[in-house]
Amino acid sequence: MIRENSDVILSVRNLTANVEGQQILKGLNLEVKAGEIHAIMGQNGSGKSTFSKLLAGHPAYEVTGGEITFLGQNLLELEPEERALSGIFLAFQYPLEIPGVSNLDFLRVAYNSRRKHQGLEEIDTFDFEDLIEEKLDIVKMNPSFLERSLNEGFSGGEKKRNEILQMALLEPKLAILDETDSGLDIDALKIVANGVNHLANPDNAMILITHYQRMLNYIEPDYVHVMAGGRILKTGGKELALELESRGYEWVIEEAAAEVIA
Amino acid sequence: MSIQLSAKPEISYLKALLDQCRQDEPVVGGQLNATLGQLRDQAAAIVEELAIPTRRDEEWRFTDLSPLLAVNFQGVEAFFEQFLQHLDLTSLTLPETPDSRLVFVNGVYAPDLSSVSGLPEGVYVGNLAGLPAAYQERIPNYLGKQQGASDIFAALNTSGLTDAAVVWIPKAKIVETPIHLLFISTTDDVPVICQPRCLVVAEAGSVVNLIEHYAANVDGCPDIPVNRPYFNNQVTEIWIEDDAQVIHTRNQREAIDGFHIGKTAVTQARNSRYTCNAISLGARFSRHNLEIVQTGEGTETTLNGLTMIGGEQVADTHSAVLLNHPHGMTDQLHKCIIDDRAHGVFNGKVFVPQSAQFTNAAQLNRNLLLSAKARVNTKPQLEITADQVKCSHGATVSQLDPEDVFYLQSRGLNETNARNLLIDAFVAEILQRIPVDSLRQRLSQCAMCRTM
Repeated sequence: MIRENSDVILSVRNLTANVEGQQILKGLNLEVKAGEIHAIMGQNGSGKSTFSKLLAGHPAYEVTGGEITFLGQNLLELEPEERALSGIFLAFQYPLEIPGVSNLDFLRVAYNSRRKHQGLEEIDTFDFEDLIEEKLDIVKMNPSFLERSLNEGFSGGEKKRNEILQMALLEPKLAILDETDSGLDIDALKIVANGVNHLANPDNAMILITHYQRMLNYIEPDYVHVMAGGRILKTGGKELALELESRGYEWVIEEAAAEVIA
Repeated sequence: MSIQLSAKPEISYLKALLDQCRQDEPVVGGQLNATLGQLRDQAAAIVEELAIPTRRDEEWRFTDLSPLLAVNFQGVEAFFEQFLQHLDLTSLTLPETPDSRLVFVNGVYAPDLSSVSGLPEGVYVGNLAGLPAAYQERIPNYLGKQQGASDIFAALNTSGLTDAAVVWIPKAKIVETPIHLLFISTTDDVPVICQPRCLVVAEAGSVVNLIEHYAANVDGCPDIPVNRPYFNNQVTEIWIEDDAQVIHTRNQREAIDGFHIGKTAVTQARNSRYTCNAISLGARFSRHNLEIVQTGEGTETTLNGLTMIGGEQVADTHSAVLLNHPHGMTDQLHKCIIDDRAHGVFNGKVFVPQSAQFTNAAQLNRNLLLSAKARVNTKPQLEITADQVKCSHGATVSQLDPEDVFYLQSRGLNETNARNLLIDAFVAEILQRIPVDSLRQRLSQCAMCRTM
């Protein structure tokens, strides 16, 4: 929801970045305020996944210029875990499978890291189990998943639900959902979207990275950005997503090129 | 020519070891002394024909024994009494086995430290000398009679055989209490060689849960070097008769200055089940030779292995499973975690000859290298001539995956904690198969402490 005087959560200015020496981001600008949901759409290779991983601090991406401010602090100075602890959450496109680490233990360790960072006491196993039971309902997950190894043998949909469960638990200020809709059937998509809607509130913000308009039928964005060639070319409201769905991406790129020439 | 040969260090060194090991005579008494004498002499004759292997020997290609040759080890008997008095076992005993524990110190039975009163009637756990007469008569059928390939170190052990730890489970007896066989080496300024020997007979239909444990009496953590090398050359023979089941956890936790060469030779009869959880954390140099021979159909063999080494440690596991009958099953998972400049070796053979139709064999060796100088040589080796079988084998060598570390970091764990969690997970897959809680927890702690 767009509100006049809400706080700026994320501010990205003129961001340029390389992966293995190749420039992927070429001057990206974005401002996200509390309560807002932003969708970033674009074709493969447009740089949208790079941007999401870069926000979370992936070591493979080298920032060569520009700045990112998150809740008033310089995000680029923070390690990945410091970003997470101060409220950034990336829902992975391909969540990793980690055999031997139980999902429940992992969730508790992550949750307690956050509490410790907030100066709160860590909570014990029993209290945590009560807490997680509540959260399971948000993504309609069977409690038996808690006993299994982290994402091991989970289907694509189960992995994505597990990501949203982590998000529900960690209550981030800024959630970045990297193609969370990919590989989901319609039922799973609805469950994931309901979970996200449930978690959106006036104090946090979300960035949905997606290729298709499909998820935006269930999660209504305040802004839709079109990304191509490592920068945001066009920004509009939710109707822009529908236009992209019917007309494709080429016209945006051509329009932007025409503007440059003019 | 003969002068030149005896001048070779591999021969002269072995000759000197043989002399040290044969100083003591068997102490078992009666007819058994003659049996042991015969075994000793036969083995000594084999040793005299051989030399310490070098890297030109196929079975020792990746493992250099020259650090062993740099130390002159002496026989141990003279040191025994003085150590026994101030031996503190608290960190080595297990709460599950207060009255099912057998202790050997430097290969010599220590009755005052042992207690077997918690075992059911008819089960014998003790030394060879105390074995009931009815079992003594059957010893020649078992002791030194395993089919597996004879090797130099096993022969050296037999050549100095004076006594043995014996576990004898009579027919159809189910022993629920785990049995702890604790072999302690004492360390001193004088490097010693000791040669523990162990014989297990699980008669038809019996069930037993064994913990075979090698440790040293050192103050504090055994991982801290104190420059007191010793050499433990041990042999364990396990006979599993029809329908019997043996769960065997082998915990090699020698002090970091120690040398450990061990052999586990197992014979499995029809429909028997054998599980080995072999954990190797200790010793600056260790080698485990594990040989399983099937002598009947429908056997099941499960081999779980974990080697976790760092510093300058060398740890070598050579396993061989010889299937010979239809409907056999073997499943092996051996994991190595190697840090610093340590060196791991895995060679796992599984033979599936024509006679072993309908075999189901799987073997996997996974290695995790934690530093740039860590090294592993792995050779999974499956030899199949039967045609109606299901077999798989493989090996992986990897570092911690940076994507996994990043995933955990993105959930608020710092890099060190993320790495440790991943290492613990790698270790846990094996440790959680150990059916004795306190031992599993102790090993988890050691693993965690190592990764700090």
